[in-house]
Amino acid sequence: MADLSYAYWPGCVSRGFTPELHGSMALVADRLGIELVELDRANCTGAGVIAEHNQELADTLNTRTFALAQQTGLPMMNICSTCQGAQSECQQRVDADSDYRGHINEQLAPEGLKYERDGFTNKNFLWVLVEDYGLDKLKQQVQRPLEGLRVGPFYGCYILRPRHRLGYEDHPERDLYLDRVIEALGGQVVEYDGARKCCGFPIVTMAREVSLRQAGTHIGDALDAGADCLVTPCPLCHLNLDMQQPEAAKIVNRDLGLAVLHLPQLVGLALGFSPKELGMGKHIASTEWVHERLEPVAAA
Amino acid sequence: MAEYTLKVRRFQPETREGPYWESFDVELDPTLSVLDGILQAKDREDGSLAVRCSCRAAICGSCGMKINGQSGLACKTQIGEAQAWAEREGVDGAGEGSKPEIVVEPMGNMPVVKDLVTDMESTHWTKIRRVTPWLLPEGDPPEREYVVPPESMIDVTQAMACIQCGACVSACLSMEADPDFIGPAALAKAYRFVGDPRDAQTKQRLHDLANDPHGIYDCTHCFSCIDACPKGVAPMDQIMRLRRAATDDHEIDDVNNGHRHEAAFTKIIEKKGTLDEALLLQESYAAGIKGKLMPSPGAIKGLIGSIPTAIRGIKTGKMRSLPKLIPGVHPKLPGDAQSHVKRIYAHAEDHEVELNLYIKGEEAEGDEPVEEAEATPEERVEPEPDESETKGPAGAEHGQADPGPPETGRPGPGGAA
Repeated sequence: MADLSYAYWPGCVSRGFTPELHGSMALVADRLGIELVELDRANCTGAGVIAEHNQELADTLNTRTFALAQQTGLPMMNICSTCQGAQSECQQRVDADSDYRGHINEQLAPEGLKYERDGFTNKNFLWVLVEDYGLDKLKQQVQRPLEGLRVGPFYGCYILRPRHRLGYEDHPERDLYLDRVIEALGGQVVEYDGARKCCGFPIVTMAREVSLRQAGTHIGDALDAGADCLVTPCPLCHLNLDMQQPEAAKIVNRDLGLAVLHLPQLVGLALGFSPKELGMGKHIASTEWVHERLEPVAAA
Repeated sequence: MAEYTLKVRRFQPETREGPYWESFDVELDPTLSVLDGILQAKDREDGSLAVRCSCRAAICGSCGMKINGQSGLACKTQIGEAQAWAEREGVDGAGEGSKPEIVVEPMGNMPVVKDLVTDMESTHWTKIRRVTPWLLPEGDPPEREYVVPPESMIDVTQAMACIQCGACVSACLSMEADPDFIGPAALAKAYRFVGDPRDAQTKQRLHDLANDPHGIYDCTHCFSCIDACPKGVAPMDQIMRLRRAATDDHEIDDVNNGHRHEAAFTKIIEKKGTLDEALLLQESYAAGIKGKLMPSPGAIKGLIGSIPTAIRGIKTGKMRSLPKLIPGVHPKLPGDAQSHVKRIYAHAEDHEVELNLYIKGEEAEGDEPVEEAEATPEERVEPEPDESETKGPAGAEHGQADPGPPETGRPGPGGAA
């Protein structure tokens, strides 16, 4: 029996363009003793786009996912900042108004589902690590401290803002957690301008240059601050920071070449998994440097 | 009384080249504001310290600035809270040695005139004028006043709460990357007129804002303006309302692919339940390439622009194989799950309730009435002035720049909780 169990919403991108995120999450959860019950019937959160089109549609779709999670009797966990933000937005509205909630539950009834506001929680893996698992316990699990690895945190907007929606009343330091996790794993936090800024991904198909300029600027700032890699809890940020990195480099007109890790990959490295096991070869920006930086420590 | 140190980013172009930092020690009650601290420093230490302020009560919108990197009003930020923020471990080198200072800077995304005074004209006001911020009615004016039902104005009360302080402009991350972006304040103002039933140019306004490369599709959805706004206007939410009006109410097929992206995304989830990114790229850029619509030149350019990324993705195995890029191989939800998703679509696309918490307020814990009550929200949710226990400040003051729409007599009970 695992210490912690969650109804697990992996999101779409972790099973699409960033399969290494889904895979590394499974390895890391298993090693940490976190049981994940995958919500395979659940639907996309809409990533803010469906809410922009039709708020009630987005709210009903996400409440459906919450109700599916509640059927398992477990709290819910996600591994995507954007999922967290899109779901929290809908949850805020549905929780705020009992009439509205009642109406949405009517739409869920034919599937035998019902969402109950009280007691429901939905946390990104980052929040789970700090609040439920605990950093002290995480430290004890570290097999290969990330000594000497200079890591730039990249949070992603949806997990940071707006503050009134994301549980800061009870957890005022949620915007510092990535820094804390890097430290707990033995790594060195790199302070740079872009840590809490936007990767630009939401407008990459609409205002490509503005989008990629954001990604390229933040990567450049992190390089200037001496980062060996970035780490992010958001696969959509990963798409703009990693997959689009060569294109972003053209827009900001400089060489980039900075590895961007998914949060479970960084944790996985410290737990002793190899970069290959964690799918780091699937990245566009080479992760070789990260490997090399860790090599001497691993051998010691 | 407590002691604080304000670390102010100064700029005195008449006497000194370039910006510099200067620290001021002040002593005041923690419940007083950062503005009070700045005025004390100006009074006791250096009269040349330039700051713009007037009402000191978060009404006039003059004292916008950055405090510990966060854009907002200095008069609405308690100095004790600003100190607590500065002391948070791991922020701006806090926790190292001596007591951290409260960092005070002029607003971002605007030229600085002197110290904390920025040039609002060249950015903020120019952008506000860009959206034609006055009513454009049709036909002869009525003999007396325009008469509209109060509920038809509720939708724009949130945008009307703007006091033109510029905090959202200062915080805007899209404007950082694109100074030409029309920006959160001006676009919120645009919605104030798009949503006004007396305005007769709604479609033209939306057409303009959707097709401008620096318009509604240049907003990167980062929520910074929502956190910065001292009045709960949530400018980004107003931009999303503009998008909804442009794409769904008026079906404006813009050159920026905003409509196509939204339509493609929404359609894919209806068909497949989860997002198929490869299909999204194809559909966003070239909806119906096989069928009825011709892709726009901008769409073809976008599609071609994404090809190098796709090829790199295939090489590393990120896009596992070439078939991954061919739409249609994405797995569907198991069993009858997709049919339930489709059923939800069928209802919501027809019903489409919008719940505005700024107007409606949030029910307090334990407020929940007995379950199974008949629950059928109205198409536009009515405000309930008697709503008990709402969090946050009352927030529907009218901005001085508004051309005086009729008072609805229904102030929103709560802003950002």
